[in-house]
Amino acid sequence: MKESNGEVKFLPGNIVVAEAAVAAGCNFFGGYPITPSSEIAAHMAALLPRRGGHFIQMEDEIAAMGSVIGASLAGAKALTATSGPGFSLKLENLGFGYMVEAPCVIVNVMRGGPSTGLPTHPAQADVMQARWGTHGDHPTIAITPAFHQETYMETIRAFNLSEQLRMPVILLLDEVLGHLSEGVRPPKPGTFEIINRKMTDQPPDKYLPYDTSFGDVPPFVPYFEPGYHWHTTGLNHDETGFPTTNPELVTRDEERLMRKVTGNRDLIDKVEYYMADDADVGIFSFGSTARAAMVAVKHAREQGIKAGLFRPVTLWPFPNKQLKDFAEQLKGIVVAEFNLGQMVYEVERTVQSTIPVIRRTKVGGVPITPAEILESVKEIS
Amino acid sequence: MPFDYMTYLREEKLPHMWCPGCGIGIVVKAMIHTFTDLEWDPSDIAIISGIGCTSRAPGYMDMNTLHTTHGRALSFATGIKMHRHDKHVVVIAGDGDMSAIGGNHLIHAARRNININVIVNNNNIYGMTGGQYSPTTPLGAKAATAPYGNLEPSFDLVELVKGAGASFVARGHVGNGRQLNTILKKAFDHKGFSFVEVVSNCHTQFGRRNKMADPMNMISWISDRAKPMKKFEALSDEDKTRCFPVGVIHEDVSRPEYTETYQELIDSLNNGN
Ligand code: SF4
Repeated sequence: MKESNGEVKFLPGNIVVAEAAVAAGCNFFGGYPITPSSEIAAHMAALLPRRGGHFIQMEDEIAAMGSVIGASLAGAKALTATSGPGFSLKLENLGFGYMVEAPCVIVNVMRGGPSTGLPTHPAQADVMQARWGTHGDHPTIAITPAFHQETYMETIRAFNLSEQLRMPVILLLDEVLGHLSEGVRPPKPGTFEIINRKMTDQPPDKYLPYDTSFGDVPPFVPYFEPGYHWHTTGLNHDETGFPTTNPELVTRDEERLMRKVTGNRDLIDKVEYYMADDADVGIFSFGSTARAAMVAVKHAREQGIKAGLFRPVTLWPFPNKQLKDFAEQLKGIVVAEFNLGQMVYEVERTVQSTIPVIRRTKVGGVPITPAEILESVKEIS
Repeated sequence: MPFDYMTYLREEKLPHMWCPGCGIGIVVKAMIHTFTDLEWDPSDIAIISGIGCTSRAPGYMDMNTLHTTHGRALSFATGIKMHRHDKHVVVIAGDGDMSAIGGNHLIHAARRNININVIVNNNNIYGMTGGQYSPTTPLGAKAATAPYGNLEPSFDLVELVKGAGASFVARGHVGNGRQLNTILKKAFDHKGFSFVEVVSNCHTQFGRRNKMADPMNMISWISDRAKPMKKFEALSDEDKTRCFPVGVIHEDVSRPEYTETYQELIDSLNNGN
């Protein structure tokens, strides 16, 4: 579907997320105040009741995540938004969401530091937590947009993926993107794709909530559909939804959950390149840091260095194959990330020792500058 | 009306996993009795639980059933009730689940006065994890983690929830199933947040450590201490510390129900504004 854009709006990233969520069909928000994500909740509180949807400010972050999964199981398209400490609190229920296959979207507007850290300053230090934060093996989709137009479209895509694959999807922003205002042109309604979870066509007596005979994503029935009465549990369960400790069934089901991501990479993966065609010095960067990396690429080119940017929009699952292909043309790669070195491990794992991997990391609340990235680029060129 | 087990139970899931003589079965029976009395269509009921022996109850009930994370049943229930306020949302959990790890959700659901019916099977112990003391374990009672007797004062859940603003608060016990049916019927019929504490027996984990390994001994111990409000009030101060009042303890039908209030907001925003 070709989207046709409407009027330009000048908005902070957090508001862009809320506007896009509603455009994607979101009709439930359960939240808890936390800087720097609170504007998402405030905007949803204003938007949702006007459209017949529901907003609720829960008593804590854990409850916010619980309410979102509950609403989703009852058929809602549900969103929550938080930041580092709140994301930590949400993780147990996030794992529940993966286990019971409840579609929903979780925004983490990342801020600095472990613990309370730097509530009003940006960071990109929750990227590994997004992948591995909740306990046990689980699939993860995490999206890191870098521009507001992209944030708008990726919020819609986050909802679409969560519905299509019946799983929580994480949208990672940071304080810079959340609070920075820039122009967006939201697509006109009806000119972009909205995907809703696949409903079963089985009658109640034939319905199995985790029926895999239709593929790895079981068709859904919201609660209260007459006669269906399905059981939902965070315990390992079989296709009937009831607990099992049968090693074979548990293995099969956990592998299926992973396969929803590994088997749908064509839907999920998204990498953007900037001046990458002829590049021999690569930069790997995502989110707001990638904006500085683009400036660094330009400056490098002005100085005769053939730099190019590899920018994962979908950060998880990690774009190993795409990065491996790109690395073949490179003398070396700079990993610019606003933390003390997290995604660099994935980059190193991907390129092995074929080329040098230079870390450009930072903490302290002041974003990485183009000049700092350029310095690292020069180490390779 | 006769019991209608077939409508509300998943027969094929029986036998249940509880110890013979466990009080949870009495609570489930009273719930089914109430659903039957009120003629609730099972498709219109969502029953949500947390983690623990009590929280396994929904698995046996033939309706929309959700077995959530430890302590969080009410948060999931709130999301469900907000999205489908036309449906019945019932929460059942144990004392540890609901008043320790889930205590925050309990007081806030009560404060909002959202139309969720909560039943706490209070057996004064963590049963499933092996008999650790809970916020309702009596002072001095023995538990796996209180081998020398519990040093912590205990919660009065009814007073706690009433204090948090619940519009319906009641207490029953497993020694009087008929009374429990009456209480549950009033609670489920109430518009707004309703809370029913059922004083129950875990002879396996609590009784065994406190000289009541036989379920009947424990149920007698409970029944002897249960007093209707009027009788309870007439007791001496000393007797009051040993006994507990049963029946409907607080009921306020004047408070607005939360999802209705929210619906009024939706309607007002969409009518010419
Ligand atoms: S351990 Fe206690 S609460 Fe659990 S089933 Fe046995 S008697 Fe009931």
